[in-house]
Amino acid sequence: MKESTIMKIHYGTALASVGLVAVHILMRLTTGFSDSLSYENVLANYRSVPYVIMLELILILLAVHGFNGLRVILLELKQGRVYEKAVSYGVVIGMIALIGYGSRTIIMTNMGMV
Amino acid sequence: MAQVSSIADEQPPNPLSTTKSILLRISRFNPEFDDSNKFMEFTVSYEKWTTVLEAILDVKKHHDHSVAVRYSCRQATCGSCGMLINGKPRLACFTKISELDSDVVTVEPMNNFPVIRDLTVRFEKLFNTHQKIKPYLIRDDTELESDEREFLQSPQEVEQYIQFANCIKCGLCNSACPTMATDSSFVGPQALAQAYRYVADSRDKGKDTRLNIIDESHGIWRCHFAGSCSQVCPKGVDPAMGIQFLRGYLLGFRS
Repeated sequence: MKESTIMKIHYGTALASVGLVAVHILMRLTTGFSDSLSYENVLANYRSVPYVIMLELILILLAVHGFNGLRVILLELKQGRVYEKAVSYGVVIGMIALIGYGSRTIIMTNMGMV
Repeated sequence: MAQVSSIADEQPPNPLSTTKSILLRISRFNPEFDDSNKFMEFTVSYEKWTTVLEAILDVKKHHDHSVAVRYSCRQATCGSCGMLINGKPRLACFTKISELDSDVVTVEPMNNFPVIRDLTVRFEKLFNTHQKIKPYLIRDDTELESDEREFLQSPQEVEQYIQFANCIKCGLCNSACPTMATDSSFVGPQALAQAYRYVADSRDKGKDTRLNIIDESHGIWRCHFAGSCSQVCPKGVDPAMGIQFLRGYLLGFRS
């Protein structure tokens, strides 16, 4: 993938994350802080389809943005063909693993495993 | 005859002369023999108009001829005498000692370049990256095939790139760049500014070729926009601005 395409995704995910995290914080403010974190409330959030889609989107956006940021930092830290390939593949694997782990919580809740 | 001789011997005091002296600290390093650099100190007298290069040449002439320094035109045109002067990348021939406002002047080789000896650095990488961005007009036709004898431009079209044409390849921008300090593969502000110089030229048709060259993992996107390149340029070129304009092309804001 061209670097400009990667950076367009980088900037796009940053902007979208700011918007969605703002909505997420506003939703938290509708209830008190302790209520917001209560077990039943958290489960209810995970079972609300529109809200869970938003949480999944935030997870994907932040994972893509964060791991690409990490890739950029690591590329500037050290150079070399093998090292740069390892960094590029490493961050993609890390990104997929983080999204997979976050999605697992949502899937388990909705399948009644929690 | 005696009268002529006595007139010739007379040395009237120069009312403009206000000779002072400074301590000139010169970094000495020979990679073949030394593990690290050390500083040699010389007391040098100077006038209001004395440049750092003249002070270094004075040291070479009267104290230590082995000091290695590269210079040529002495008028900020050739870009040979770039060095760190009191920690800031500057041209030695373009920096007056009186402007530094310090009793101690420390000169070191430029950062982010391999040192050949003392104040002299290798420019191979600078020239290679400069060459990489194709620093010339790319066209399918030539003026010989055209009816016109020259490619006319309006003053507005010239204004788009003319300041970038002032680059003298002195390397001060690359020396000041914080990204170049950590990323040895980074293309650097000098080459990027020159890429913009040709991309913005209305006569040039090689925009896509150049944008492809700089659009790589150690290309234009690694610039953090610190702006130090623009701050140190002795010719008033603003590489940081050129880099932002190039990013505009790559992000689709400019065409």
